[in-house]
Amino acid sequence: MNVLIDNREVFLSGFKNTGILFVFSAFFALILGTIVAGMRVSPAPAMRAAGTIYVNAVRNTPLTLILAFFALGYPRLGLPHLDYMFAAIVGLSLYTATYVSEAIRSGINTVSVGQSEAARAIGLTFMQTLSLIVLPQAFRSVVPPLFSVFIALLKNTTVAAGFGVVEAGGIRATLSDLGEPLLPGLLWVALIFVVLVLGILTPLQRYLEKKWRVAR
Amino acid sequence: MTNPVPSPVLVEMKAVNKHYGALHVLQDINLQVAKGEVVVVIGPSGSGKSTLCRTINRLETIDDGSITIEGKELPKEGKELANLRADVGMVFQSFNLFAHKTILENVTLGPIKVKGVSKSDAEKQALALLERVGVGHQAAKLPAQLSGGQQQRVAIARALAMKPKVMLFDEPTSALDPEMINEVLDVMVELAKEGMTMVVVTHEMGFARKAADRVVFMADGQIVEESTPNEFFTNPQSVRAKDFLSKILTN
Repeated sequence: MNVLIDNREVFLSGFKNTGILFVFSAFFALILGTIVAGMRVSPAPAMRAAGTIYVNAVRNTPLTLILAFFALGYPRLGLPHLDYMFAAIVGLSLYTATYVSEAIRSGINTVSVGQSEAARAIGLTFMQTLSLIVLPQAFRSVVPPLFSVFIALLKNTTVAAGFGVVEAGGIRATLSDLGEPLLPGLLWVALIFVVLVLGILTPLQRYLEKKWRVAR
Repeated sequence: MTNPVPSPVLVEMKAVNKHYGALHVLQDINLQVAKGEVVVVIGPSGSGKSTLCRTINRLETIDDGSITIEGKELPKEGKELANLRADVGMVFQSFNLFAHKTILENVTLGPIKVKGVSKSDAEKQALALLERVGVGHQAAKLPAQLSGGQQQRVAIARALAMKPKVMLFDEPTSALDPEMINEVLDVMVELAKEGMTMVVVTHEMGFARKAADRVVFMADGQIVEESTPNEFFTNPQSVRAKDFLSKILTN
């Protein structure tokens, strides 16, 4: 307990950055993943191909490589400067979006084809059919896998510690510099992650599952 | 062709062919539907009658031939196709009401999103239509809370809300319990009387007799026979039609 209280500043600023990384990355991954899922079911072959290539290329690349690219490779391209936090958000979002897209695509496949046929039959365009009829129903069945993706994202944020963003995964290094005992420090970090998942994400998942439960 | 087409042609299919792999599901189909005409398409399962119905609003594409509505070729895709579909109502075998929307929303969605009708006007019109098909008091419910017959009547109201030029019915009563079939057929007979142009794929011979101007008999992807209901049921010309009728009219 002393390790936590004595170093509360370290823990607070670490988990604050974890929170920032998580919230922004989850937000952008959800938006990008939804768009990519839409591309992958689009009637236009070029859109489908672009979506498929993106998902397969990024999903099959280790997250560390993606973050390393933004921390080490990107600055040498002569493009506008990104600070580490922003670069980490971009990397995590691009990576997580591929998983979000696959979860949503599996949800789209659970919506019967009759739903989109009926939508097209009254004159809705592809975009309207997707956004008004298919996606709202698809989201309901992908709440559990989507939350698995977000829980993985929360833990993946610690990878950013290796690339200059001081978040929860970097607490150990700071404690080590301060000469604090490491094992209790690490256990506290692990415990706080458990609390974040069980205390925030899991109840949110349960709430959404209940709210969106449909009579079929 | 015993029945000369009376008023202007609304839907015209010319030399339409479609394959599903090796299966030649539509073979050289020629069909005209006049404005205000009720055409009933019957035939054994697998004869291609549902496919024919679905090509008219391009839910099924065709390999060759042409389909025109009011003389205009069906657009291939995109916004123009969507606009055309707005003018062609469709009722499905499995109702396909939007499961996450209320009955009222099911009927108002098209007018609001496709035609830009204001929400209050769309609701007023939708309630009148729901009243007309006998489910006005169910407006706030979700589709799953209604019986099959009620859902199908809502589906008809949803299609009518777009003020279509022609209505396609793809086996509208085939998924219904027997006691609910008539409530749907009654609505369709009413529509036919009011002069709606209709293409109806059905196994309900009673409806064909009562409301059809013309019966089209299909088998193996071809139109085998076309005549008035009376002529078709009492004096079928082809062997296929005689065979088909002997099987279904015995009881």
